[in-house]
Amino acid sequence: MTAILAGIGRGVIDGLSGSGRGLLLLRSIVLQTPHAWRMRREILEQMQVVVIGSMPMVIVTSIFVGAVTAVQAVYQMQAYVPMKFLGTVISKSVFIELGPVLMALVVGSRLCANYAAELGTMKVTEQLDAMAIMAIDPDRYLAMPRFWAAVLMIPVVTIFCDAIAILGGYVASVATLDVSSGVFIEGLQMFYKHSDLLGGLVKSFFFGGIIAMSGIYYGFNTKGGAEGVGRSTMTAVVGSCLSILVADYLLAIVLFQIIFEKT
Amino acid sequence: MQQDWDIPPPPDQRVADPATFKGIVVQGVSKSFGPKKVLDACDLLIHKGETIVIIGRSGEGKSVLLKHIVRLLEPDAGHIWVEGAEVGSLEHEPLMELRKKFGFLFQGAALFDSMTIGKNIGLALEEHTDWPAAKVRERVCECLKQVGLEGAEGKLPSELSGGMKKRAGLARAIVMEPQYIMYDEPTTGLDPITSDAINDLIIQLQSELGVTSIVVTHDMPSAFKIGDRMAMLSRGRIVFTGTVDEVRTTSHPMVRQFIEGRSQGPLGAF
Repeated sequence: MTAILAGIGRGVIDGLSGSGRGLLLLRSIVLQTPHAWRMRREILEQMQVVVIGSMPMVIVTSIFVGAVTAVQAVYQMQAYVPMKFLGTVISKSVFIELGPVLMALVVGSRLCANYAAELGTMKVTEQLDAMAIMAIDPDRYLAMPRFWAAVLMIPVVTIFCDAIAILGGYVASVATLDVSSGVFIEGLQMFYKHSDLLGGLVKSFFFGGIIAMSGIYYGFNTKGGAEGVGRSTMTAVVGSCLSILVADYLLAIVLFQIIFEKT
Repeated sequence: MQQDWDIPPPPDQRVADPATFKGIVVQGVSKSFGPKKVLDACDLLIHKGETIVIIGRSGEGKSVLLKHIVRLLEPDAGHIWVEGAEVGSLEHEPLMELRKKFGFLFQGAALFDSMTIGKNIGLALEEHTDWPAAKVRERVCECLKQVGLEGAEGKLPSELSGGMKKRAGLARAIVMEPQYIMYDEPTTGLDPITSDAINDLIIQLQSELGVTSIVVTHDMPSAFKIGDRMAMLSRGRIVFTGTVDEVRTTSHPMVRQFIEGRSQGPLGAF
């Protein structure tokens, strides 16, 4: 019994101290942001990693997300809802939920693993120590460019995803589900609101922050050798995915109050 | 069979006023990792301009001691002064200024593997000076020449051998013309000829740049060749200090066992 309580206590203390260290890291990154112009080359390099490196994955995922949404919507709507609403259902689902969340989970996992493995390897091979001894702050040189690249580019990737998913839904609807092109496009335009797109992008902005922080934090705190890098990469990805799902719920509550309801 | 060894008391490594000492003062530094106490009230004085070699068995905390001097690690107890500044109490900016006085050659060189050798060496200059790119390049080439790696600036660390990586690491350590250079196992894992070349390089840098060198090693031929003074670390403390000649002639049982490479003695075998 004592051992169980001790284990729970230790877990709580570890969790709290981890959260505290994470917040301190975030604070340090934000404080380093005035150096962003000086670090523009590194930030642009990291932006390329986010966007260009992820593009094949974004295209494939988005096409099938749109197509599957179309197939399922048609199946659920066929007896009750006119097909002119198919485009509406697909666009709302993609803009508000599927685009931001799936991109955060799919592209985010790739990115988070990349950050954690790269920084974790640098940690265990003393490259972070080498940088620190050269009086170069790893928070500025390594963390800040990665953080802002993820925060700014995950929404960009989400815009690509939204567009490609709608296209995927359109192709699937017209080619295989007997829905005419005109009906689909009419539905797409019918209840379109900028706020749907904006709300999804606001979510993906926060998701970008979660992805970057998880990868950077676990990378910087890697211990041990190759096994430690593997462990921190796995923990970073799992932590990022779970945090995204929780944050999605919390953001949905807030955004429905602020953005979606008011328009 | 347990044997009693006549171990002399540790040398007095304390100064009355560390804030006025020209060099490095390590005073009462303790550090534990989990249940393992690596440093235990460790004292050491490092004089300006000397080459001190810290010897001791693997896992005795030699590298840990080096990392404390530049606050890559923070002690559980005790203090370190560098040229009168108490390292533990320094704010971010003064700490960065202090670190600029140091060059550090890591055991595995710790080159940034995503950067070319030229970028590795020039990074500190790009960050801390407003030199134009051409001047940075010139200085990088100069440092590479000093370590016998002319023309390697475009290569990636993965394209270099172990000895070349160490030399590139050395070039990176000296590029800012530091006042102190710390070498963590500079010859470990190298063949005898490359090891000797690295030793010659350390001696050459010492005479050319006049730096204070702190070398951590358990390679005794290397230690005898490059050191002015040696300190032996055992069980978390400095148990012996002396000149190279004093080390050769001492009867201190721990030092004797170590330099003679015997498994029998107060240090034990494992």
